[in-house]
Amino acid sequence: MAPILELKGLSKKFGALDILKDINVSIDAGEFLVLVGPSGCGKSTLLNCIAGLEPISGGSVVIDGRDMQNVSPKDRDIAMVFQSYALYPTMTVAKNITFGMKVRGVDKALQQKKLDHVARQLQIDTLLDRRPSQLSGGQRQRVAMGRALVRDPKLFLFDEPLSNLDAKLRVEMRTEIKKLHQNLNASMVYVTHDQIEAMTLATKIVVMKGGVIQQIGTPAEIYSHPANLFVADFMGSPAMNLIPAKVKKNGKGTQFIIQNNDREDLILTDLNAANLPEQIVLGIRPEDIADSKLQKHHHDQVASCLIDVVEPAGADTYVLMSLGGVEVTARLQAETSAIAGLPMNLSFNMDKASYFDANTGERLN
Amino acid sequence: MTNFANRSTLNVSVKNLVLRWLLYAVLALFAIYYMLPLFVMVTTSLKSLEEIRTGSLISLPRDVTFQAWMTAWSGACSGIKCEGLRPYFWNSVIMAVPAVLISTFIGALNGYAVAQWRFRGANLIFALILFGCFIPFQVVLLPMARLLGQMGLAGSIPGLIMVHVIYGIGFTTLFFRNYYVTIPPELVKAAKIDGASFFRIFFSIFLPLSLPIIVVTIIWQFTQIWNDFLFGVSFSEAGTQPVTVALNNIVNSTTGVKEYNVDMASAIIAALPTLLVYVVAGKYFIRGLTAGSVKG
Repeated sequence: MAPILELKGLSKKFGALDILKDINVSIDAGEFLVLVGPSGCGKSTLLNCIAGLEPISGGSVVIDGRDMQNVSPKDRDIAMVFQSYALYPTMTVAKNITFGMKVRGVDKALQQKKLDHVARQLQIDTLLDRRPSQLSGGQRQRVAMGRALVRDPKLFLFDEPLSNLDAKLRVEMRTEIKKLHQNLNASMVYVTHDQIEAMTLATKIVVMKGGVIQQIGTPAEIYSHPANLFVADFMGSPAMNLIPAKVKKNGKGTQFIIQNNDREDLILTDLNAANLPEQIVLGIRPEDIADSKLQKHHHDQVASCLIDVVEPAGADTYVLMSLGGVEVTARLQAETSAIAGLPMNLSFNMDKASYFDANTGERLN
Repeated sequence: MTNFANRSTLNVSVKNLVLRWLLYAVLALFAIYYMLPLFVMVTTSLKSLEEIRTGSLISLPRDVTFQAWMTAWSGACSGIKCEGLRPYFWNSVIMAVPAVLISTFIGALNGYAVAQWRFRGANLIFALILFGCFIPFQVVLLPMARLLGQMGLAGSIPGLIMVHVIYGIGFTTLFFRNYYVTIPPELVKAAKIDGASFFRIFFSIFLPLSLPIIVVTIIWQFTQIWNDFLFGVSFSEAGTQPVTVALNNIVNSTTGVKEYNVDMASAIIAALPTLLVYVVAGKYFIRGLTAGSVKG
């Protein structure tokens, strides 16, 4: 089956400034693609390019096998939800939802039928006569979704749709969007700067920085095999620990020597790693460091570390220490006996470790 | 200790009271000062000539008479005709109403295009339109006279309408542009995806949002156009003069006695429509000027 959306060598310039460089992405029908990156990385511009709201400087956008060159937004068979909702302020909810159909000259009875269907689906059937200013943030969000849904498009585009909501509502709406995706089996492109949103919603994530794609992959791939230091640092909360280490080879495997405050250097061994340069950055997720009394994996390396801070968070306890000159976070079970100011034995799960080139930041294993 | 505190709060409240009354007194003084000319005009217009000659300027009329108002409306002489302000008042109405509506509409359309459709050169075009606000009236008089002559509109009311529309576009565009620039651009994007055209978006989405700024623009334009004298006196002829020009002619053409009461009544009649517009729509005027973003 042909991909529903293909971006081939897409680029975008504002004058001499490169906003997007050589973007190549392809998604199949039913996929949920999330574009994620820090603000100013070009993700919203990319979405606008897909929608046809911004002209592209090079490459092509292909939707369902059809090249979108010179195709206006209304003829691309897409629907879009905006961060500011962009509801028409002087129209009622019902008029907001049916405006597109009215413009396209859809039959009145059909309009009503579709409106009823969508309103029931999103539970906004009691709000149809209100104006946007009389709605709460969450309700406005639903109306904006309704306006997209009623179109029944080939491709849904979401531009940070949850950013204006408070934390609790954001989590609720996130789940609803996920449910919606599952029920409709629709193809969606979703822009966010929130890596948790990206992880929870996506079937495929594109991580961007400075207009360049850093990595494309499933949430699991991105999380466990980040392609470079930027992705490793950006995805995951708390962030992956990125510890400078010296590499030494011996008969048993590769040793990583990490400076450990004023104490003896900390040495971790990986039996499988090979061909690493002398200086690397060792990446390890907080949950891959455990209290050695409570938990032990097969390839774990146990080492004694001085604990600086203990932060109980209910389900887990975070402990902070200083290794290799950087702050390192470990996510321990709540029952841990870690005490601030005292050393304790921690086990490092080296199966899950990532190695990065200290100079280029690229992944080595 | 408590005594001390009490006394100081007492002092503060007395001081506040005195300051407050002082403030009111000054405000009242200024209000009287500004109202005085209107008061003199109204009272003088209600007096007979006899009473004006004998009485004081600021005294109330002894016998209220509307004779001066009647004369001003339908009998006062300007030049050789003695038909009052009435025909000229209607000239002004049929000049000002279309000129205000057309210039407001064009301004809204311009402002919308410049603020929400960032086409190439939009800022330059806006700057040029804005520049039009600062061109002095006198500079355009001769070229405009020639243009009107070539178009066959010289001395006619449609000609005056055209002059006022052209001259007003700078201001009306400025007003609407500044209002629309606060509206999030996503609104246009959403409507484009919904399939609406340039004009559809304007009429269905932007115009219904614009009531406050429409009122501001109408008040501004109406005041400008109604009160205009220079264009009126330059581009009109005997039958097409607006009320401002007629007022000048009435006040300046005196036969024998100077009829101050008629002059005052005429002036009030000529100023009444702008006054009325402020009273009716003034609430929106303030609201529109201070209105910032549109909550959606």
